[in-house]
Amino acid sequence: MSEVKVRLRNVVKEFPARRGDKPVRAVDNISLDIYDGEFFAMLGPSGCGKTTTLRMIAGFEQPSSGEILIDGEPMQGVPAYHRPVNTVFQDYALFPHMTIFQNVMFGLEMARVDKKEARDRAMSALEMVRLPHIAQRKPRELSGGQQQRVALARALVKQPSVLLLDEPLGALDLKLRREMQLELKTMQQELGITFVFVTHDQEEAMTMANRIAVMDGGHVLQVGRSDEIYETPANRFVADFIGETNFLSGQLVAHSNKSGTVRLDNETLIQALLSHQDVVDSGEVVVAIRPERIMLRAYDEVIESTDNLNIINGQVRQVYYIGTDTRYIVRIGNDIDLTVRVQNTEYQKSLAFREMQTVKVLWDTTNARILTD
Amino acid sequence: MANSVINRSTLALERAGIRRRYPATTGIGKTGFWFISLAGYFFLWAPIVLLVVFSFNDARTVNSWHGFTFKWYENILTGAAGGEASFATDLMLSSLGNSLFVGFAATFISTLLGTMVALSLARGNYPGKRYIEGLLLLPVIIPEITQGVSLAMFFKIVFDFIEQSSGTRALPGFGTIIIGHVVFNISYVAVVVRARLADMNPRLEEAANDLGANGWQTFWRITFPLMIPGILAGALLAFTLSLDDFVVTFFLSGIGTTTLPVFVYGLLKVSVTPDINAISTLMLIISTVLIGISLLLQNRSLGRS
Repeated sequence: MSEVKVRLRNVVKEFPARRGDKPVRAVDNISLDIYDGEFFAMLGPSGCGKTTTLRMIAGFEQPSSGEILIDGEPMQGVPAYHRPVNTVFQDYALFPHMTIFQNVMFGLEMARVDKKEARDRAMSALEMVRLPHIAQRKPRELSGGQQQRVALARALVKQPSVLLLDEPLGALDLKLRREMQLELKTMQQELGITFVFVTHDQEEAMTMANRIAVMDGGHVLQVGRSDEIYETPANRFVADFIGETNFLSGQLVAHSNKSGTVRLDNETLIQALLSHQDVVDSGEVVVAIRPERIMLRAYDEVIESTDNLNIINGQVRQVYYIGTDTRYIVRIGNDIDLTVRVQNTEYQKSLAFREMQTVKVLWDTTNARILTD
Repeated sequence: MANSVINRSTLALERAGIRRRYPATTGIGKTGFWFISLAGYFFLWAPIVLLVVFSFNDARTVNSWHGFTFKWYENILTGAAGGEASFATDLMLSSLGNSLFVGFAATFISTLLGTMVALSLARGNYPGKRYIEGLLLLPVIIPEITQGVSLAMFFKIVFDFIEQSSGTRALPGFGTIIIGHVVFNISYVAVVVRARLADMNPRLEEAANDLGANGWQTFWRITFPLMIPGILAGALLAFTLSLDDFVVTFFLSGIGTTTLPVFVYGLLKVSVTPDINAISTLMLIISTVLIGISLLLQNRSLGRS
């Protein structure tokens, strides 16, 4: 592994109590290592502590306890204006009384960079975001997407060791957001600067980040590549937050090293992989299965049974055709519904299964995971 | 026939029931509200309209119309330009000069102090801040007469003390008037500037910090330039209030410090001359313009996206 760029050691942030309330622990004992050249995302719902963590790295907030190191240097007592990081804010925070060029120049002026060099660097930063022609305009004359790019240029022109991005695409519309995601990713790869990115959008995090930290309630629940988090979620929250998942609750009745048998509430027995050994201790568990990993077959179709295959009967309750795929809601027992996604690889005039049709529901054991509830 | 009356009233009731939340849209409500607002505006504006109209009256009396003239305005303007004018007009103009002097001085001091108070309230974090903030509004709401009397008492005590301890005799004059005006103006300036600061995106200061500016640089490069419209708005408001003030000024005046409102009040005891109507109209226009600019500045968009 390459060198650690940002290190968080047992970082806690407690905000003082407002009248009558208890103090709020926004960040609760987080330890993280972010490596050089990484595109690192902190992902979670609002209030999970991701922005507070970012603001502590930037120096806008001080940790209540714990330690933050950037390039191996402890940041305790180092003010924001002396840290080797720059931030792209959610609302861009461009200075409204300055032109775009003055905005980009600001950081260089503060660093007392030679006038001519500063001008050249500011211009090339604006060229990098493909906006050299608007240098003399004021921020309010720009569109959201343009403002976003200027904010990026203003932060990157300082050649920071780490670039912090606080939901920078949140205010853009979907199409522009997709474009910017790819652009940011390309930019990060070309510059080789470490990006720390805060978002609540799991798709955005998965598109751009090398590694993702999933956060909730001030804790880091899981850190990993997007495929690791999607395929092997650490717990129910992660499985639920990343992508779409079916949860079947039941009791673990038997298990081996890697897999276990779960009796669902309707007495059906199914096989699934153990997410980790701890689930063995808890009787009540949930089985998580992604909708696209479930297959449907006609009831009368003969299926060759293998060790790894779960086969149960179900009835199609609802069918939604949504273009790329068709979504079926299949009832497999008393009030237990599964969502199944079948990709539409070719145009079929009539749907494969109709409402109220009885079907066989199949999935491979390796695609189902037993999690603690 | 009786039947149709009932029908009609039921219909009306139904209609009223349906539209109960919007009484202004029902027939009677609409006329009623229109009348009420008309009456309100009439009471509000009729005296002022009368004043403006009679400033063009070609007679020394103010109770009957004798034809249109600009001569009262001409009189004031020639007097102001240093030309030949009546003794009364000269006196009036010298009191206008006093008013402007007091206005500028009080505006300058109160804008400086009020801005500092606003900054400390908006950015500072110290115990008791909430109470100080509450006290700030006090001069806006306490009756001006109370303020005038208390200031007069205060200065009397201070002057007596000075006389006893040093033997010099201090007298009320421009100093006391200006201080009195500063006292109530600080509140207005601070409230306006504070509103501007509260509307300012706090991320802007953080962004400056993030880009390497320390607290001092952030203030002068970001915060202060963005505060300027608020400061100007506060200053214009302060100037207008100072120009218009009668009560506080009256209690704090000395010899030779008669401001225009005090002078006009003195004249009223003798008779209302058309000069007064004319100068009042001019004051009205100046105040309206200044307040208008002040409101425009306060509403100008801030650094929020």
